[in-house]
Amino acid sequence: MSAKDILLWVVLPYVTIAVFVTGTLWRYRYDKFGWTTRSSQLYERRLIRIASPIFHIGILAVVVGHVIGLLIPESWTDAARVSEDMYHLMAVGIGLVAGACTLFGVVMLIYRRRTTGPVFAATTRNDKTMYVFLVAAICLGLLTTLIGSGIVGDGYNYRETVSPWFRSIFLLNPQPELMAESLPSFQIHAVAGMLLFIAWPFTRLVHAFSAPLGYVFRPYVVYRDRGPHDSGSRPSRRGWERVG
Amino acid sequence: MRVMAQMAMVMNLDKCIGCHTCSVTCKQAWTNRAGVEYVWFNNVETRPGQGYPRTYQDQGRWKGGWTVKRGKLRLRSGGRMKRLAQIFSNPNLPTMDDYYEPWTYEYDMLLSSPLGEHTPVARPKSLISGKNMKIEWSANWDDDLAGGPELAPKDPVLVKIRDQVGDRVKMEFEQAFMFYLPRICEHCLNPACVASCPSGAMYKRSEDGIVLVDQDQCRGWRMCVSGCPYKKVYFNHRTGKAEKCTMCYPRIEVGMPTVCSETCVGRLRYIGLFLYDADKVTAAAAVEDERDLLEAQLDLLLDPEDPQVQEAARRDGIPEDWLSAAVRSPVYKLAKVYRVALPLHPEYRTMPMVWYVPPLSPVVDALRDTGNDAEDAGNLFGALDALRIPIEYLAELFTAGDIGPVRSSLQKLAAMRSYMRDVNLGRETRPDIPAAVGMDEESLYEMYRLLAIAKYEDRYVIPKAHTETARELEELACAVDYAGGAGHVSGPFGEVSGRPVPVAVETFHALKERQTTEVIIPVEAVRVNLRNWDGLGGGDE
Ligand code: HEM
Ligand code: SF4
Ligand code: SF4
Repeated sequence: MSAKDILLWVVLPYVTIAVFVTGTLWRYRYDKFGWTTRSSQLYERRLIRIASPIFHIGILAVVVGHVIGLLIPESWTDAARVSEDMYHLMAVGIGLVAGACTLFGVVMLIYRRRTTGPVFAATTRNDKTMYVFLVAAICLGLLTTLIGSGIVGDGYNYRETVSPWFRSIFLLNPQPELMAESLPSFQIHAVAGMLLFIAWPFTRLVHAFSAPLGYVFRPYVVYRDRGPHDSGSRPSRRGWERVG
Repeated sequence: MRVMAQMAMVMNLDKCIGCHTCSVTCKQAWTNRAGVEYVWFNNVETRPGQGYPRTYQDQGRWKGGWTVKRGKLRLRSGGRMKRLAQIFSNPNLPTMDDYYEPWTYEYDMLLSSPLGEHTPVARPKSLISGKNMKIEWSANWDDDLAGGPELAPKDPVLVKIRDQVGDRVKMEFEQAFMFYLPRICEHCLNPACVASCPSGAMYKRSEDGIVLVDQDQCRGWRMCVSGCPYKKVYFNHRTGKAEKCTMCYPRIEVGMPTVCSETCVGRLRYIGLFLYDADKVTAAAAVEDERDLLEAQLDLLLDPEDPQVQEAARRDGIPEDWLSAAVRSPVYKLAKVYRVALPLHPEYRTMPMVWYVPPLSPVVDALRDTGNDAEDAGNLFGALDALRIPIEYLAELFTAGDIGPVRSSLQKLAAMRSYMRDVNLGRETRPDIPAAVGMDEESLYEMYRLLAIAKYEDRYVIPKAHTETARELEELACAVDYAGGAGHVSGPFGEVSGRPVPVAVETFHALKERQTTEVIIPVEAVRVNLRNWDGLGGGDE
């Protein structure tokens, strides 16, 4: 196994995890004020009415697909008597639809960003970089779906190489050789994905962590007071503690 | 019974001259920053007119506030699941155009253009795109009925009345009717904005009922903006966070009135406390018939002199000086004792806490124009019956269309006017005048003192926040005091790393630099506008 393989399939994954986790914690700790979707709907509503829901529903489906494909071992689905063909058909069908929605959505979002004057003016360099990483990961992902399914090429069962490698990282028993023997398209997609996750905490994508599921359970009207233990108040910032 | 205190406001519309001083001072205090150029926490709209943002009262379109379905209160824009499903793009969000595209003028052209035959002009530049623009709308484009026949008929209130009474509206309107409606956030008892916020960043302060946005917790889902039926939450398009009227809480906490009140030319604003029963709010907001909402809202307000209420209030931790402030509260007197102040659009079911004394002057003017004695009680009462349309209009604003309370309020104002004329002319007073509106001479005179003399210390009865609690209030700060922030600043660790510089500090340094400089600072270096133009700097001749 070459140094390149160790670097890409052992070092890079752990660096990604480290940056992703500490970056997110750091950002949450020091930059709550910048933690927002920075919605641009105020400037333009016609295109975003279509683009944003299609993109988001697509990408969320893609996330679910990744979780199933990467985390659930083939032996489990075999045990549940889901045949390889059936699994494939489902994964490819749903994956292609979700991927297409995501791609269509993101292209439309970018078109909107570029062509709507005020939206473009409000696009930061950070946003542009984020879109490069995002689009790269999405396009390469779609390509792997096409290749894996056999629509392009001979088909490929990534659940025998990529998925076990992915799990091996989290089991702290990295098996770079599995990844090294998979197809180049899968390798490039994996690297693009890791780069996206490295950038993630420092872009507006952090808004995904704030998905407001708690809204379903909380009472409508929120009251805040200091409570018995100053619970409503934030601690003073350093240097600004109250004297006397 | 759970007693809570609410800081509330009453505005006496008869005295509003539509000068917009309140809007301007509020803007200087709170929204003179990038990202909120189009935002007016306080705005003054001419009625009839479309309002700001235009036609915000048309809830069929904007879906703000609450409705009742099978006896249960729910947001008009849908249940929780539906609203979450709409989070990726909010179907009810107004766009910038519905407010207006903010602009500045190329002031430095006036200084830097070379000597020539023609006077240089300062062209309008969009503050959003930076390009030349044609000004076609603003926060008060239809001020003083400007564009009347074309714009005013689109007033949603007018549309509603027209549907009910037909064409009669237009004529009578033009003859008799125009007034100003200054608006701030209502600091509602049942705030739809708070209920709409998916992240729980918006809250009502339990000490004084002021509704705020926690800037650190807001995630920019922008659901509150459409949730508020009064459209009084705004989206800062640079920081990506919601902002709203703060009722000048830093001033209120030290016993000072809000900036809009303090600077009001007509001295028409009153600030004081309500004590209310927090346990009953939801039930009151859910009464079936819209026209019962006013009464339900009044029922929430507790009599601060009632020993039982006082006992409950002490039990619920309301300090003694707040209790005595509640007893002296001008807003309680106007809303519940004299019943001349009415809430704006109670049918939105948010239980708004800015109340209005409806304007009598249009009626008086109309009466005077017909050559009648406009101070005579009998004439005024008669006119109140005859001038149907203005009263129906006011009723749509303040009582969900119920004429009764509006007429009763105006009758009291008419009675006050006519009774006080006798006093001022040294004539025998006529006790039958107050009696005709269900008041006695003494309370009518007291109401006159409060509404007409309106001493500073009578208009504002604002107990200070307790020093032992003040610190927490300050720490709760929904700091909207940051300029810049997210958007165009990129630090080493991503956008807006670190804390933004507070506006005050930034402005201080900028101004100091300009004032103490020996050299001329090139104008291109800063965007010149009315606020920072100081005559220094010039062209590059
Ligand atoms: C899980 C819950 C999520 C929610 C509730 C959510 C919600 C939102 C909202 C409200 C906006 C602002 C749209 C506007 O301009 O008004 C937004 C923008 C955006 N979101 Fe999400 N999002 C989620 C997850 C994600 C994920 C997983 C990704 C990508 C991997 C993503 C990528 C984006 C991008 C790229 C934009 C910017 C769109 C533009 O160009 O304006 N989001 N999201
Ligand atoms: S008026 Fe103020 S408190 Fe009421 S819903 Fe609107 S923003 Fe919220
Ligand atoms: S400052 Fe007072 S008089 Fe002038 S517009 Fe505002 S509320 Fe009316």
